[in-house]
Amino acid sequence: MSDHQSGAHERPAVVKAKDKSPWNWLLFVPIVVPLLTPLFNHDSPRLFGFPTFYWLQLAFIALGVGTTTVVYQMTKRRAADPAAEKRR
Amino acid sequence: MSGMGDHVTEIVIFTVLFLLVSGMGFVAARWRAPDDMAHLDEWGLGGRSFGGWITWFLVGGDLYTAYTFVAVPALLFGAGAAGFFAVPYTIIIYPLVFLVLVRLWSVSHRHGFVTPADFVRSRFQSPTLALLVAITGIVATMPYIALQLVGIEAVLKTMGVTGESAFARHLPIIVAFAILAAYTYQSGLRAPALIAFVKDTLIYVVILVAILYLPYKLGGWGAIFDAADAKFDASPAAGDGLLLTANNQWQYVTLALGSALALFLYPHSLTGVLASRNRDVIKRNMSALPAYSLLLGLIALLGYMAIAAGVKPLPGASPGSVDSNTVVPVLFDQQFPSWFAGIAFAAIGIGALVPAAIMSIAAANLFTRNIYKEYLKRDATPAQEANVSKITSLVVKIGAVACIVFLDPQFSIDLQLIGGVIILQTLPAVALGIYTRWFHRGGLITGWLAGMGLGMWMLYQIPNPATGRAHFGGSAFPLDGFGLPTSKTVYVGLVAVAVNLLVAALVTLALRAAKVPDGGDGTEPDDYFADEGDPRVTVPAQPAGTDPDLDPAPSPKV
Repeated sequence: MSDHQSGAHERPAVVKAKDKSPWNWLLFVPIVVPLLTPLFNHDSPRLFGFPTFYWLQLAFIALGVGTTTVVYQMTKRRAADPAAEKRR
Repeated sequence: MSGMGDHVTEIVIFTVLFLLVSGMGFVAARWRAPDDMAHLDEWGLGGRSFGGWITWFLVGGDLYTAYTFVAVPALLFGAGAAGFFAVPYTIIIYPLVFLVLVRLWSVSHRHGFVTPADFVRSRFQSPTLALLVAITGIVATMPYIALQLVGIEAVLKTMGVTGESAFARHLPIIVAFAILAAYTYQSGLRAPALIAFVKDTLIYVVILVAILYLPYKLGGWGAIFDAADAKFDASPAAGDGLLLTANNQWQYVTLALGSALALFLYPHSLTGVLASRNRDVIKRNMSALPAYSLLLGLIALLGYMAIAAGVKPLPGASPGSVDSNTVVPVLFDQQFPSWFAGIAFAAIGIGALVPAAIMSIAAANLFTRNIYKEYLKRDATPAQEANVSKITSLVVKIGAVACIVFLDPQFSIDLQLIGGVIILQTLPAVALGIYTRWFHRGGLITGWLAGMGLGMWMLYQIPNPATGRAHFGGSAFPLDGFGLPTSKTVYVGLVAVAVNLLVAALVTLALRAAKVPDGGDGTEPDDYFADEGDPRVTVPAQPAGTDPDLDPAPSPKV
């Protein structure tokens, strides 16, 4: 841990993860993919009667959940992994 | 249309559930009760102490409103694929929140900020910019509250609760909002937080039943989509269909992105986020909240089920028009046994109360912190702040009811459309301000003016062929309005905020070159990472009972 925490402020010994983990870049995947209409603006293949347009966009919800879960696990407070502490 | 006599079971169940929830709203004041309720942190932010589960229900109940539940399926019913933008919109919102609002939570926790304008005030040392952000927030939120009443009215209309005079027709929602106003006044943010548990449980049950039972009754999902396809093929309208057309794809993308950016700038979203206990609660919720997006996607498809079931929406306020918001209530009324339709209607009705309460609290906090304390009474005590907020929340709700009773509901829908465009104009100051202090405060103010002006002009240019109105007919701006040789359309808000950013950047460069003073920065880089238990926190928060890190699963402290 580098900065800001010396001096007057007595900090606990535990190191805190900062925001600037490179893992945060992964969050741009579920921001960009659901906006790429050519990916999903089709009727077939259908799944359980759902045209691609509908089931694939609903499937992107899982993409969002998966990505935020991974980033949370890799950047959470008191992360055991020192890589998560590194600055971008 | 049949009268109230055919809907007795539905009305009884609706009323009983509504009263039960209202009782909870009053009891909520004693739930996780603080020593001193006379503080804005307690009344307006629930003591900033909510854990994972409460935050999940609160933010979920806040973002997915009753209006969403009736309006999104109505969009699919009318226009098809274009209405499904709500799904990508609510997917991309969570990574955005993860990136931006966690930092805003930290800096607000560190400095005791209650509103986004508080943050702007401190970051840019500009009461004027903070005032603009506060007024934008209040103006954008008011019609949103009024729209919650539109959701309740769609249900009441379906149950045959109508009257000859405008007053008789509106009496039920006046009573409902009076009860809501009373318990919000007493319990603050704790009331919607507690009620959200009931509301969302009801909604989840109703939707699970609907998506299993209705396709079974209507011949399967394939048949439902085929019925919708046949309807859109037969309709003369150009933009509708089961898929997007060449002309509305950009509108779809820009509307999804613009709405996501707008949603987390709305003051009520911030209220839910700021009320959580620590950073991890928010981050965990960004993985759990998309459960509501799945729910919303399935609710949207109720619009196609209504097509397959041959639903005819009820007549609108003016002769000859239809009220498309009644599509889902009528579908439930036709397809479900009346006791279950009653539960479904109660879910929508109660679903209106949670966001309406949070929105009125958020608007009241903005007024208190950024107008009352800034301009009227600088030395207001925390108890006075809480009191002003409580009274303002009453005024806001009376205003919302007045909008619905005295004006055409269509006016509120138009205003909400405008609200999304104008709240986006706070993006450079609030969302980018969280990341950078590069912009000059004068640049941000000029950019806000430019974005507002352009957004209003574009909205004014858009006619609505369906209702024959010449202006403010939608948010899809045809690009040929800029003289471009194309028939593609684009979302007004995103264009306006792009111009806003450009102007803010250019004016910043100009003011820097002219060496115009830019105030300071009341925050420090490290503030954006502060977490629960930070020793520098200036406003003491409620002591947390458990160490959240020993308790990775969300745990409500009821």
